[in-house]
Amino acid sequence: MTVHAADAEAQAIAAALARASERHFGGPVVIENLRRLSGGASRQTWSFDALVQDAPVELILRRDPPSQGPSSRGTTEDGRSVSLDRATEYRVLRAAHRAGVRAPDGLFELTPADGLGEAYVMQRLGGTAIARKLLRDVPYEKARGRVAGQLGEILARIHAVDPATLPPLERREAADQVAILYRSLDHLGAPQPVFELALAWLDRRKPAPLERPLLVHGDYRTGNYLVDEEGVSAILDWELAHLGDPMEDLGWLCVKSWRFGAIEKPAGGFGSREDLWRAYERAGGGRVDPARAHWWEVFGTVHWGIICLNQAFKHLSGSIKSMEHASIGRRAVETEVDLLQLLRAEN
Amino acid sequence: MAQDRPTASELLTAIADFLREEATPALDRADPRLGFQMRVAANSLAILEREGRLGPAADAREHARLVALLGQPGTLEELNRVLVRQIRTGARDERDTALMAHLDATTADKIAIANPKWR
Repeated sequence: MTVHAADAEAQAIAAALARASERHFGGPVVIENLRRLSGGASRQTWSFDALVQDAPVELILRRDPPSQGPSSRGTTEDGRSVSLDRATEYRVLRAAHRAGVRAPDGLFELTPADGLGEAYVMQRLGGTAIARKLLRDVPYEKARGRVAGQLGEILARIHAVDPATLPPLERREAADQVAILYRSLDHLGAPQPVFELALAWLDRRKPAPLERPLLVHGDYRTGNYLVDEEGVSAILDWELAHLGDPMEDLGWLCVKSWRFGAIEKPAGGFGSREDLWRAYERAGGGRVDPARAHWWEVFGTVHWGIICLNQAFKHLSGSIKSMEHASIGRRAVETEVDLLQLLRAEN
Repeated sequence: MAQDRPTASELLTAIADFLREEATPALDRADPRLGFQMRVAANSLAILEREGRLGPAADAREHARLVALLGQPGTLEELNRVLVRQIRTGARDERDTALMAHLDATTADKIAIANPKWR
């Protein structure tokens, strides 16, 4: 995209946001400091301030532009989307916020007439998600000792959200998740002995389905929550939410790839598994069965490995032209190293 | 025809060092997102440098191990396809010490190229 086209896009977004914000706040609004935070062409996040009676309200726009081709929402490798559309994500966010989960509140949705595609506006909360700062910088010294416990407490709240308050969500439990990864691997087509070994291990030991599946965040890891000087301030990135086994979130958080070098602290780089589990149980989460949590950590590790390969294949197939996507393929082997360690830890 | 110095490895190292030490700090000041991408690019060049140096011998070792493990000839790709079929059908699993020794050695060679600091 040329700089000129990017400017034109930003101007169109600012104009639409002004109209929608005026509807929401019921008065004149000026949009300031609009800037793109992340995302590819398809799933975008923008930061902006809405000046309401001269007082700035700090906001975030989550947006899927009107589609110009097949959806490039997060997909499994056979093209089936596992990511929520923005309208569903908005409803999950509001339900979680109302249940007392530390998450930004969803404030309003944009309409088709606004011309921004599927989009909604949520609160912008303070803190940083950048792991290398959180794990090393001085201002976060006090927070670092608290994060593992806080993540356990917040997760207990997420899993306690009443499913009746949620929009319809896909149910994905252990057996479904293993089947999805097998399909991904077959779709990628390259032989991957370590991932095969891990999937066979998982398949033989998969936990039984739950009587009552719970809200699973689906991407609960370092990098997807904000931390300020006091600790965790907000859980972000709800687009993989589904109904399933709550242990999935605990396992995913402990995958070594989210420790960013602090490998002796499995709970996202901030504490021990036991710190995380005890805080989760004390806050009303169910009792943590270490074997079940281990199963989900193995699952999370092979899941991330296959995502790495899939990111590379998105570039190689021409669906996204991205040096960054291409190079992530070479990170898959990190999870192979981890899997060979994990499969032995169990024996 | 043999090329003059620098060797491929030396040239890749020179480019990666330039990108990391000179280009990245300038980009970080102008546009942090591009700075991040430049780090990724420099890191990828370092992977290619290691692959050029270590890759051929690693592939040969993997091939020799697979021939011994499976007791049949074939290309690296063909033998790996036989191996994954055996794992998927349950003919081999993590209790197979010969299989695990092969996977440990192969993974060690791969990570030495992709990210030698990973542990």
